[in-house]
Amino acid sequence: LRRRGRRGSKMAANMSNVEDIRSRVLLGEFGVKNVHTTDFPGNYPGYDDTWDMQRFQKNFTMDIVDLDENCMEFDMVGIDAAIANAFRRILLAEVPTMAVEKVFIYNNTSIIQDEVLAHRLGLIPIKADPRLFEYRNSGEDAGSEIDTIQLQLKVKCSRNPRASKDSSDPQELYLNHMVYSGDMKWMPIGNQADVFADANIGPVHDDILIAQLRPGQELDIIMHCVKGIGKDHAKFSPVATASYRLLPEITLLEPIEGEKAERLKRCFSRGVIHLEELNGKKVAMVVNSRLDTCSREVLRHDDLKNLVKLGRVRDHFIFTVESTGVLPPEVLVTEAIKVLMTKCQRFLNELDNTDME
Amino acid sequence: MAGEGEKKPVLEMVQADGADEGCVTFVLHDEDHTLGNSLRYMVMKNADVEFCGYSITHPSESKINFRIQTRGGIPATEPLRKGLNDLSDVCQHVLNTFQVRFCILEIGRSRCELTS
Repeated sequence: LRRRGRRGSKMAANMSNVEDIRSRVLLGEFGVKNVHTTDFPGNYPGYDDTWDMQRFQKNFTMDIVDLDENCMEFDMVGIDAAIANAFRRILLAEVPTMAVEKVFIYNNTSIIQDEVLAHRLGLIPIKADPRLFEYRNSGEDAGSEIDTIQLQLKVKCSRNPRASKDSSDPQELYLNHMVYSGDMKWMPIGNQADVFADANIGPVHDDILIAQLRPGQELDIIMHCVKGIGKDHAKFSPVATASYRLLPEITLLEPIEGEKAERLKRCFSRGVIHLEELNGKKVAMVVNSRLDTCSREVLRHDDLKNLVKLGRVRDHFIFTVESTGVLPPEVLVTEAIKVLMTKCQRFLNELDNTDME
Repeated sequence: MAGEGEKKPVLEMVQADGADEGCVTFVLHDEDHTLGNSLRYMVMKNADVEFCGYSITHPSESKINFRIQTRGGIPATEPLRKGLNDLSDVCQHVLNTFQVRFCILEIGRSRCELTS
């Protein structure tokens, strides 16, 4: 049971550190301070913290740092943790995908048990755009062309007649002894052959090993894929993972030079601290705090720990989204934002309906 | 306001007898921290709201109790409606900003498809 309501700030707020309390998470030696958002109306005298859409739009920026076909890293600045976390949770659990749900096993003489095989088949990511399909109505056993994808896996292992007599390599001795996800063939139903003529529907990766067979064993399986969300079963999650971290901030309280600067540089991740030559001495400067992993190693050195202030910027989120390949990561992010909008709309409609009664 | 018969309830309002319209507990079905925490943040940003909090009554049931207490006799559905609208507007703005950024990146890589 968790109740979240208004909380007072735990640090004494005087003029000099009010901005710090409002916008930074402080990383101390024994704990982390100022974690919660406190800028609600009434908490800080002299500040107007009422929601102002104009101010939000002025302060909000996004920046896509890195993008390739499966992984994306982007920054969101000026938004609160509650909403950033909502996007992360939706990316993990509420963006729909297609995955194998029903497995009809006509013949399985391999040593992999039926249920284990069905479980493995369900976890294989299926490359089909879930936006073009609908959810299957519960209670309907037979799927139709708008909500089901049918796949077939039919593999029989046999002895290789051309293998040499004294070889012991299974690659040479047997034919079809490894069943890969590339052996799953799409069987279009209804008008799917026309609608998806150029999109080849099937598993995202061809080289996922499903089972191993020996001569005489065979698999004859038909699979039905349906649309679902990660909340229901993790196989429907469209991301390998989606996570965010806050931007670290390292402030040097006084100039650090010489041997101390060398030790300071080793306390942080590579590339964070750079040693500059000034008047013949090496002086430490913070070059790129974004690369730091915030291990707080510097706080373990007694002579360095009071010279540095470690913190995180509370409204700067560095998101990393890695897709399983079903949808490109930028599409996943847009779909996640739309899911949150749909949730709000659902309750707004419900409020309107109850008001009209 | 609660669902009757076959229809599953989506939103219920629970109010103590004798209390004014400003103190209401809303029961949001099929929701969890995803909407609960973000909506709580948007409602707390409203200066008319004296108290706003949510709790998950039991982890096995997917519903949240969302309580709003207003000052000045304002009915509690107003900050709720404003919070939902503001959250929806925030999402729309984030979506627009992201799509603009993505298009700029793609133009920089000399190909652009604006997906809507």
